[in-house]
Amino acid sequence: MHTEQLIKMANQIGDFYESYPDENQVKQDIAGHLNKFWALKMRQQLAQHVNNTSGEGLHPKVAAAIASIHLEIQ
Amino acid sequence: MDDIKYSPSDANPHNSFNAGNNHSRTGYDDQLDYGTPASDSDVMVTLEIDGREITVPDGTSIMRASILAGVNVPKLCATDSLEPFGSCRLCVVEIEGRRGYPASCTTPVAPGLKVHTQTSKLADIRRGTMELYISDHPLDCLTCAANGDCELQDMAGAVGLREVRYGYEGENHLKAEKDESNPYFTFDPSKCIVCSRCVRACEETQGTFALTITGRGFESKVASGIENFKDSECVSCGACVSACPTATLMEKTVIEAGTPEHSITTTCAYCGVGCSFNAEMKGEEVIRMTPHKNGGANHGHSCVKGRFAWGYATHQDRITTPMIRKSIKDEWQVVSWDEAINYAASEIKRISAKYGKESMGGITSSRCTNEEVYVTQKLVRAVFGTNNVDTCARVCHSPTGYGLKQTIGESAGTQTFDSVMKSDVIMIIGANPTDGHPVFASQMKRRLREGSKLIIADPREIDLVDNSPHIRADYHLNLRPSTNVALISALAHVVVTEGLVKEDFVRERCEWDSFVLWRDFVAKPENSPETLESVLGVKAQTMREAARLFATGGNGAIYYGLGVTEHSQGSTMVMGIANLAMATGNVGREGVGINPLRGQNNVQGSCDMGSMPHEFPGYRHVSDDATRALFESAWGRPLSNDPGLRIPNMLDLAGEGKFKALYCVGEDIAQSDPNTQHVTHALESMECVIVQDLFLNETAMYAHVFFPGASFLEKSGTFTNAERRISPVRRVMTPKNGHGERGLEDWEITAKLSAALGYDMQYKHASEIMDEIAALTPTFKGVSFEKLDELGSIQWPCDDENPEGTPTMHIDAFVRGKGKFFITQYVPTTEKVNAKFPLILTTGRILSQYNVGAQTRRTLNNAWHAEDIVEIHPHDAEERGIKEGDWVGIASRAGETVLRATLTERVQAGVIYTTFHHPESGANVITTDNSDWATNCPEFKVTAVQVTRVNQLSDWQKDYKTFSEAQIAFTGKKSAQTKQPA
Repeated sequence: MHTEQLIKMANQIGDFYESYPDENQVKQDIAGHLNKFWALKMRQQLAQHVNNTSGEGLHPKVAAAIASIHLEIQ
Repeated sequence: MDDIKYSPSDANPHNSFNAGNNHSRTGYDDQLDYGTPASDSDVMVTLEIDGREITVPDGTSIMRASILAGVNVPKLCATDSLEPFGSCRLCVVEIEGRRGYPASCTTPVAPGLKVHTQTSKLADIRRGTMELYISDHPLDCLTCAANGDCELQDMAGAVGLREVRYGYEGENHLKAEKDESNPYFTFDPSKCIVCSRCVRACEETQGTFALTITGRGFESKVASGIENFKDSECVSCGACVSACPTATLMEKTVIEAGTPEHSITTTCAYCGVGCSFNAEMKGEEVIRMTPHKNGGANHGHSCVKGRFAWGYATHQDRITTPMIRKSIKDEWQVVSWDEAINYAASEIKRISAKYGKESMGGITSSRCTNEEVYVTQKLVRAVFGTNNVDTCARVCHSPTGYGLKQTIGESAGTQTFDSVMKSDVIMIIGANPTDGHPVFASQMKRRLREGSKLIIADPREIDLVDNSPHIRADYHLNLRPSTNVALISALAHVVVTEGLVKEDFVRERCEWDSFVLWRDFVAKPENSPETLESVLGVKAQTMREAARLFATGGNGAIYYGLGVTEHSQGSTMVMGIANLAMATGNVGREGVGINPLRGQNNVQGSCDMGSMPHEFPGYRHVSDDATRALFESAWGRPLSNDPGLRIPNMLDLAGEGKFKALYCVGEDIAQSDPNTQHVTHALESMECVIVQDLFLNETAMYAHVFFPGASFLEKSGTFTNAERRISPVRRVMTPKNGHGERGLEDWEITAKLSAALGYDMQYKHASEIMDEIAALTPTFKGVSFEKLDELGSIQWPCDDENPEGTPTMHIDAFVRGKGKFFITQYVPTTEKVNAKFPLILTTGRILSQYNVGAQTRRTLNNAWHAEDIVEIHPHDAEERGIKEGDWVGIASRAGETVLRATLTERVQAGVIYTTFHHPESGANVITTDNSDWATNCPEFKVTAVQVTRVNQLSDWQKDYKTFSEAQIAFTGKKSAQTKQPA
């Protein structure tokens, strides 16, 4: 998938959690959402983007959650 | 059906004709007509009727008590779906100690009454009455369409009418002209006895008030206003036809073919109301569909689609032969079932070997039965070896599944439809029940006429706002499209800051910490109605009053539709609705609740059956080890624990050449999904598209394999409606896809494909699929075809604790334990208006057509809606020089199409509206691939557009015309397939 499309979708998730005060919980919730609803290839591609660009264009809350997403089949 | 083990038509007590003297027009099994409605009083009254003692609830009519006691009182104007009227004078009785001859339909029972229904005096009165009726009635019984199915005829026999002393020469109505304007039924006033049943059915059952009795005395007659039936307010629901005791209102199919000889009870294949119908048959031909009196969802009512629009099942456009081709530029090659199945299997094997199993997937439809959806997801997960299976709920109610699972723990509505009769305040958000869910809308309108309050949140003035007789919304919150979440936060702000929270409920039933977070969030000044007024375009005071009414007005029930879900914040809005319902204590009993109105017949069921890429049947995530082990053990195949691709993900990857094969059952993504050109590019990019459908739908034009499906009349299975009601679909005719072989039900086609891929599913009948679902899914544990035959329908959860199902959920506790509140931060959509695209397009549907129209466009329903029209506010039209009926181009960032315009103030200035029932309209050429943050449900309801007067079709439409004509020609069929004379 185009990385821009993935960033857009991921940022929408970040926006949802914008008003949640507990940063640690938000990190877990965003990673949990991506693990539960995004296919592996999509998660890997997003993580690759973060690795390559330090998360350019990505919502900071999503960027912070990337370290907690599953990048291979558990 | 010899080779099918379970045979509903043999085992089912619902499948027979059982005509008796006292029968309604439908007349089967337990459909006895008790003359007047049941009383729900708890006080019991005992009386004696013709020497028989009977005890009935107080408020019961003497007529009903008589029939319950086994005493048939003659009647004509009475029927138990309508309030008693007392006009025909046939049901008169004598009561000891009382004077005169009261009508038994309008006289309530009283303790100790001694009633006589058969005396010589009563016989004289009844004969005299019948004599008058018959003196002005055609004596053509033998050639009458209602011969053998006429209550007037029955009553003439019952009262012993032997002569008409007045003769037939006097003034009469015998030459009154027929009204043939309605495509489905005939109104023959010469046969009318002015019993008013049709008028009352239109009022009480349907709530449209299209019919009336004009004139007085001899001049009295039934009239559809000043126009004919077709052009009147009539919505062609058929209630008047069902209520008519004579041949005055009669289905044209019965006039043409004669009365049916047997009947099988089944479930409508249209909207999420899931009406029960009797398919009345002559052999294998449907003569008419009549609503089942005891249908749990419809209680004997119907709409124009289910009642009349079933002709598509035998339409000439049906493709009944399997077809294959190498390329979409090739002509289709008609082949045997084995050839088609083997070709499809070989392609799947080839693509799996070459590109890997993750390059393949399946899509099911809400038009499929539960059993079909189940076997398809099983095929994809266990045989394709991937979780890339999705269903069309992706593009409608996926946010409902997500939002309700998060907040209350179950991805389903909380109530029964009947619950609305105990609601005091009804809030409708983003739904248009009179068009989308007409039979439930009739029930809702009945409650509203009884005095329930009504709040409507919708950018458009739907009929319930102020265009339904005797109904007017107390508040119409006509918000701007895309601002739902701001609205729900503003309403919550009022509830929280004005101390209207039901704190006892929240403390006992909900997670307090989540409540506090939410409360503190919505209480912020930025969420006040005053702050959000300019965002929403709704007056702050109106929002405050509506919120107060909902929180304090008694039982508050929220009904919502795709106007909630099909937004970039669809899931947030569903959670916001759940927040509001929990905060006001409106969950867990009758009259309240969170009620998603599902678009298609089996949206709920297709989601229940595990057709979403992340979950197995019963909404259990694929990563749940125990659940996965259960399915692995039952299916004997390893299963992936990682979520698969959703429809939009599949299409994105296909367009990039990374997704190669699709098995698409009953769904038409090329018409129903957003950004048509993106979808068709994706389809063109795949190497094997297998479509299983009744027709060469828009998606099939891009397919390489076509499996001809079976209509709902040709197969067994179940549908699950918006209130979690599982209802049986019963086979009434042989599948028409036999092609010289045995015709196949759709699940059999999937099973054959599975077998060709090396996995034998071994079902002999759809009932065995349900047995497997029940064995593997706790909420379906007690469901079986046998039990459905016994109970008629079952609302899940159905388990050991609730062996007959669960009408109301979350009564003592939420399914997730404690209800959880979520913060609903309003995030404006990125689909913004600007100078180039200054208007917002929002889409919806209309009563007479259904979804992509593949079914209804192939019926006479086109008489009402032959094309999609765009509604424009007069102010916007004037600025652009657009007049009524002009062709207008609608351009968005995604594409352009051309439709005819109508000017109306039902839409706000700045907003235009259209439907998407006709493929050539290209409504989804303009919608974008913006989607909901949590589920990827498309933002159908918000597209920034510009509108201009034009005089020719758009480029897309011209290309579409050329392409679709070529594709139809490739099938060997000649005419443009969807056109049907009005």
